Amino acid sequence: MPTIELRCISNYVFSNLNLEVFDGELLVVLGPNGAGKTTLLNIIAGLVKYKGAVLFDGVPVDKTPVNEREIGYIFQNLALFPHLDVASNVGYSLMIKGKEEKEKMQKVDELLQLTKIEHLKHRYPKNLSGGEKQRVALARALASSPKVLLLDEPFNSLDIGMCECLRKEIRQVQREMGITTVFVTHNLADVAEMGDRVVALNNGKIWLMPPEMFENEQDTENRSPQDCLHCVMDCYCKHAQ
Amino acid sequence: MFIKRFLVGLLPVMVFILLWESIAQLNLVPNYIFPAFSDVMREFYHLIVSGILLANLLCSLSRVLIGFLLGSAAGIAVGIVMGSKDVIDKSFHPIFSLLYPIPVLGWAPLLMVWIGINDLLPVALIFLCSFFPVLYNTITGIKSVDREVIKAARILGASDRKILSSVVLPLAVPNIFTGLRLEAGMAWRVVIAAEMVAIPTGIGALMMRSESLLRMDVIIVCLMVLSVMCLAFERFFQVMENRITNGWR
Repeated sequence: MPTIELRCISNYVFSNLNLEVFDGELLVVLGPNGAGKTTLLNIIAGLVKYKGAVLFDGVPVDKTPVNEREIGYIFQNLALFPHLDVASNVGYSLMIKGKEEKEKMQKVDELLQLTKIEHLKHRYPKNLSGGEKQRVALARALASSPKVLLLDEPFNSLDIGMCECLRKEIRQVQREMGITTVFVTHNLADVAEMGDRVVALNNGKIWLMPPEMFENEQDTENRSPQDCLHCVMDCYCKHAQ
Repeated sequence: MFIKRFLVGLLPVMVFILLWESIAQLNLVPNYIFPAFSDVMREFYHLIVSGILLANLLCSLSRVLIGFLLGSAAGIAVGIVMGSKDVIDKSFHPIFSLLYPIPVLGWAPLLMVWIGINDLLPVALIFLCSFFPVLYNTITGIKSVDREVIKAARILGASDRKILSSVVLPLAVPNIFTGLRLEAGMAWRVVIAAEMVAIPTGIGALMMRSESLLRMDVIIVCLMVLSVMCLAFERFFQVMENRITNGWR
């Protein structure tokens, strides 16, 4: 049974969109800027209005409020809380759930260790590098033990080396924890390295991309959104045939 | 380093006092119109010893504190409601926009009739003087919080009320404190004006009495006290703001 199912989704971007994300898989959604990638994630999270149905483990969640959908979301700009230090950022969802301080700090320490930022525990976001902020956002998203993890182009503002390193780490954490993940990107390098399955998104339409499209992809790092668009259009042509 | 900075700041003040004293000692202008610094300090001492300065200062201080605390608290409370509920903001914004530009002392004649010439008058004027700026700063602070951060809090499980208390208000604190800091000084200016016009007690009233007796030395002492109080209030809120936002700003 798919963990996430989108049935006949329609709104200002999509018309009759269907998508399945299987239990524990990492689905990459590839598309150029303005394709509707963030809107797709926002529909899953319940942050925008839509017609149709979103199901988690076969149960419709359309009427479930955002704060009860049990989702981990890493935003494009990360959206860390600037007034909280790293430990408080990571422990925010646990504080909301009313966990005891000891239990909360234990979980926070585990996550900081997992994301290799134990030494940054008492720093504020303004004093962190791009890669460190990225790790804090990941730890914060995982803290509430979400059913689903949504990643919205999280490597946009990072250099090539840091992207490569974080891709591996996120992939490793995702496999270890077995969280069903949707990762949207316009970067072909993310697709080649991360996805169990890849779908292309353009003009509100979605197609499954065959893995062989990326088998011969060399030097995919930092390919432009234009390259991405070409890749998506290639896929569309093959799909249409 | 601190001593050096203190001395550098002190030097112009010393030069100013020296110049003041020298000009007064030349007796170019009668002493009762332009008193020497030493005369002013002597009068300052007399006013303290006699208890006149303290009694009047306490009158003004209590009016400032009551009016400012009530006005700021109301401004913050209404600002939170208007900042977080668009419908209420849109409903009340036009009326507050019309009332805000009215100079505070413009309300004085109306309030004199409505509440009479008593201790409530300066309190009401200070309330109005504090309310509107604090209200607008609170609304601005709340509305300028990054929407993505609010979405993040919601996704992490926070309810609207929890988002307000744990994310929106802490992030609006710098804006709220800017309003409080500016209006803390303004409250003193308003109380002096109100006491000069209508109330027989307080620093403003003491200044008016001194003016009629041509006691420039007493007026200068009052101005010095007023300056110190304005500065102390503004500095207090600056320190509070720095302490609250220490680290993350």
